[in-house]
Amino acid sequence: MAGYIVRRLLQAIPVLLGTTFLIYFMVFAMPGDPIVALFGDKTPPPQVIEQLRERYHLDQPFIVQYFIFLGNIFRGDLGTSFSGQPVSEILAATFPVTLRLALLAIFFEMVAGISVGLISGLRKGGIFDASALVVSLILISLPIFVIAFVAQYIFGIQLGWFRTTVGSGAPTQDLILPALVLATISFAQITRLTRASVIDTDTQDFVRTAASKGLPRTRIVPVHILRNSLIPVVTYLAVDFGVLMVGATVTEGIFNVPGVGRTLYQAIIRGEGPTVVSFVTVMVLIYLVVNLLVDLLYAVLDPRIRYAK
Amino acid sequence: MPSNITRPDQQHYVAPVEETPLVAIDTVKAEGKPSNLWTDAWNDVRKRPMFWISSALIVLVVVIALFPGLFTQVPPNNDCQLANSNGGPTDGHPLGFTKQGCDIYSRIIHGTSTSLSVGIIVTVLVFVLGIVFGAFAGFYGGWLDSVLSRLGDIFFSIPYILAAVVIMSVFSQYANVWVISLAIGIFAWPATARVLRAEILRVKNSDFVMASTALGVSQFRILVRHVLPNSIAPVIVITTISLASAIVAEATLSFLGVGLPSSTMSWGNDISAAQTDLRTAPQVLILPSIALSITVLSFIMLGEVIRDALDPKARAQR
Repeated sequence: MAGYIVRRLLQAIPVLLGTTFLIYFMVFAMPGDPIVALFGDKTPPPQVIEQLRERYHLDQPFIVQYFIFLGNIFRGDLGTSFSGQPVSEILAATFPVTLRLALLAIFFEMVAGISVGLISGLRKGGIFDASALVVSLILISLPIFVIAFVAQYIFGIQLGWFRTTVGSGAPTQDLILPALVLATISFAQITRLTRASVIDTDTQDFVRTAASKGLPRTRIVPVHILRNSLIPVVTYLAVDFGVLMVGATVTEGIFNVPGVGRTLYQAIIRGEGPTVVSFVTVMVLIYLVVNLLVDLLYAVLDPRIRYAK
Repeated sequence: MPSNITRPDQQHYVAPVEETPLVAIDTVKAEGKPSNLWTDAWNDVRKRPMFWISSALIVLVVVIALFPGLFTQVPPNNDCQLANSNGGPTDGHPLGFTKQGCDIYSRIIHGTSTSLSVGIIVTVLVFVLGIVFGAFAGFYGGWLDSVLSRLGDIFFSIPYILAAVVIMSVFSQYANVWVISLAIGIFAWPATARVLRAEILRVKNSDFVMASTALGVSQFRILVRHVLPNSIAPVIVITTISLASAIVAEATLSFLGVGLPSSTMSWGNDISAAQTDLRTAPQVLILPSIALSITVLSFIMLGEVIRDALDPKARAQR
């Protein structure tokens, strides 16, 4: 196990360097003045430009700039937003809200996705299976911002069940509607993964053995089938995290959730390029760490991964 | 010696094949059609209503994109009157008006080509990059595989919408259909490359590849003529679905304000512009959303049907 962890950590290093380099390259290696380009059609005050030029060491060769940028990130210095607040401080204040929203969304999508997938898989070809397929296809086809607006209109404005925007301090009851919206993105994927996995497991020898020993179906389904069907769902969590980050940017923006996503959303809307770059870099780093953790978790769950060369 | 011995060295009677039941097994039906993956898939696909529904919708969308003039005579941009702001349907304007007083139906019709163009350009880009990277990594293996796969890992580690947001923030002055398609496509290919690489690893050890090698066929020719055509099926599936994802990505970027300039007709821009009036005029936001969702749904349904037809495992699970 220790060998696997070391190997996996070593593999993460080039990816880490590669992704940060790529982001930096996209912004700063382009012809023209990157600082001016980052502001689009807006003209920032001269002292802001001066400050940014100094911060990004644009007089240095490109590769030196990149390593200074990388060094800054690892010292936790992510630059300052336009209001003068350090990005790291904003992150510290907003991250807990986003984490709560994401956990709530993961809870909803897991409960709904696994139960629907399990029932579909056990009764494949039935009416429930067919309707679940139709519903999940429709949900995949709806962009997240459309789902968010429709939910806001129906449940917030028409029915009045939820507040349309999240109140200060982001109380958990206000986060339920945004979390449900966020959960719809991955619901279809989780349903499909669970269904395929359940159908696969249902035909395995150990399930037949359990049945021939006379175990009731009520025991075989949760203990033998469901538990063995969940491994693909766990690995999906890693991919899901990337989906959730993009989804959270849109959902938090629409529901005004004071999280990391809304901060990024507002920076994008206002055209504050440098802040966008800092936030995207941080999100990609978080995504890499989560992927690493999920891989390690997967190795704990499934010994075959650990020992595979 | 019995007279009916067939060959001089045989001690016992051996019946000619025609007289034995074995003939039934040996007979090859000459009039039967040759069967392969693609004809099997076609036979499967054409029996499914979902295939015909999604194909009909896709044809409709393509026709609208190519010839918007067939569907509406109302100009989408000029002819807008603020007096009609967020107005309901009237004669000649079946879906009502936007905030700027433009005809919603006409804007939906004229926005179709934008979404479809982005979808197609991104898909071609992803298809080509995915095949080049996946095929070389999978077929040649070794250090080339390591380099290409790590490169793919790096691009895969940045969620492509976030990457596109960064690119579009830098290139906001140049935003047009080509730039936005490049921004989406350049980070969307690793999934395709991974699928193809895995499939090629499976196919390249087949007997027919070994036979070609034994006959002295060059490696590159084996890859192009024998390995690629036999491992392309999963790529076709993922490509159909990536067309749908690209359309959604363009709409999302336009919604975030880093997509196409507001002068370009796009469903994403119209949805974005309508969000402030959600409370009073939800139809202005919902109508283009429906057009967007139906287009995406038809490509996803088609991808779904093709997956079921090409992947024997998916077929068994149906």
